[in-house]
Amino acid sequence: MLTISHISKTFNPGTVNEKRALTDLSLHLAPGDFVTIIGSNGAGKSTLFNAISGSFYVDSGSIVVDGKDVTFMPEYKRARHIGRLFQDPMRGSAPGMTIEENLALAAGSGGWFSHMTKADRDRFRDQLSQLDMGLEDRMKQPVGLLSGGQRQALTLLMATMDPPWLLMLDEHTAALDPATAEKVLDITRRVVEENHITTLMVTHNMQDALAMGNRTLMMDSGRIVLDVSGEERAGMTVADLLERFHRGAGRALDDDRILLSGEEG
Amino acid sequence: MDLALIQTALELGLICSLTVLALFLSYTMLNVCDLSTDGCFTLGAAVGAVVAISGHPFLAIFAAMGAGVCSGFITALLQTKMGVDSLLAGIIVNTGLYSINIAVMSGSSLLNMNKTTTVFTLMQDLLEGTPLAGQYKLVVAVIAVVLVVAFLTLFLNTRLGLAIRATGNNPDMVRSSSINPAFTTIVGLCVANAFTGLSGCLLAQSQRSADVNIGTGMVTIALASLLIGGTILGRGGILSRACGVVLGAFIFRLVYTIALRFDMPAFMLKLVSSVIVVLAIAGPYLKSRWPEIRRRLTYRSAAAKGGEGKC
Repeated sequence: MLTISHISKTFNPGTVNEKRALTDLSLHLAPGDFVTIIGSNGAGKSTLFNAISGSFYVDSGSIVVDGKDVTFMPEYKRARHIGRLFQDPMRGSAPGMTIEENLALAAGSGGWFSHMTKADRDRFRDQLSQLDMGLEDRMKQPVGLLSGGQRQALTLLMATMDPPWLLMLDEHTAALDPATAEKVLDITRRVVEENHITTLMVTHNMQDALAMGNRTLMMDSGRIVLDVSGEERAGMTVADLLERFHRGAGRALDDDRILLSGEEG
Repeated sequence: MDLALIQTALELGLICSLTVLALFLSYTMLNVCDLSTDGCFTLGAAVGAVVAISGHPFLAIFAAMGAGVCSGFITALLQTKMGVDSLLAGIIVNTGLYSINIAVMSGSSLLNMNKTTTVFTLMQDLLEGTPLAGQYKLVVAVIAVVLVVAFLTLFLNTRLGLAIRATGNNPDMVRSSSINPAFTTIVGLCVANAFTGLSGCLLAQSQRSADVNIGTGMVTIALASLLIGGTILGRGGILSRACGVVLGAFIFRLVYTIALRFDMPAFMLKLVSSVIVVLAIAGPYLKSRWPEIRRRLTYRSAAAKGGEGKC
């Protein structure tokens, strides 16, 4: 589904601010894989996502999504097949437009000059009601009136409406309060399962990283230092994960946010 | 106040409201302040006048709109594909258009259409003997405004229209979605400038002359009207907001006409429009800052008295 071969990316090459963000990174995802990614700040998680989504072109290596080489495909073209959610709930929807207008834009059915039909509205209402947030009764309201959690759930719906080949979740619950985050994670789990979407999810919560999906990656200094799945992963605890990180990266994990969330669990 | 003055205000307001509707699309929806509006307005007037004088009153309308599309396309191309800042792109195109406008009018800065057949004279002939005979200008203006408002309402609710609105509303979202922001900006500015061109063409034809300064200051006047309209009908659907915009254009002209009656010299129009734009934009901003300003003032006066704070 996704095959990344030996990609590297260096920012500001040849200057004092030179930063090797990705170093000879390779990754293969099978269709339907739900992969969680953890790693300290600056490990290259978001850079990896930016490389896959096309925010920049990689310096070397290739990216193939669903058999299509997208290495030099512009971002907006990839976006048709790659859904992405950010940490900031405000990023994924247009606040000045109504809920149904945002959904119509995301649905992408029909041509440029098509109008929203009654059938479209019924479908949107149906999908919104599955979020269980009462949004189906507020379809004519501007998205700017929604809470962060509601907006993130809406963005998730928009990103998966037309099931993408690949869904990338970049700490999409980190800015939400714990109860709302839990709810959005539940919705995520359901939507991904129902549509069998291949998913990459960055999280700082080690508990979630092990509990969700079927495979976990740990990143450090632009590399994947740990890749566990199957039975090995099934029996793992947060302490095991930290220990394995230590061995893989050659040092202890130094992200307070991750350690704190690890201790909670 | 006599009816003739209100009628003139209504005619001018409606014709200029087409430019305001253009800014409604580019400024309010696409969030691009298109400073080529002045030049594009004059371009529409010049092209429309030249084609009408050569004997094609209807073709003149479409030629003016086409010229507007070209102008908008260049402005959009500069800012999306060539790395020119969007304000600067408008200023550059506006400056360039000055020469083009004089070239279109064959080197003269004034074209007279006293004996030219235009859509207005055609309407005048058509309405002769009916009760509307005296309002032929108004009828043409109303038809144009209704058509443009209807088009905008339909257009902004298509998928392309939604994409244009999203481009202005949340560029971050558009960048990570399957919409190409360069494409939506180009389409939006082309359509907006078509209306600006149409507006200039109709104003010139209703005045029976096109001169190279006809569009000077138009962008500020249109912005003032747009902001007035926004305070009256700023919420709701596209249709009601578009109607609010037209109403804003009329109110602006009405206020201006009344001011003229109280012996305000005609050259004050542009200062008045500037002040309105400043008030409409700075007002809400200063209002939101007011608690902080007040706190600082009271803090300072208390400190001066030797009360709280250090000197």
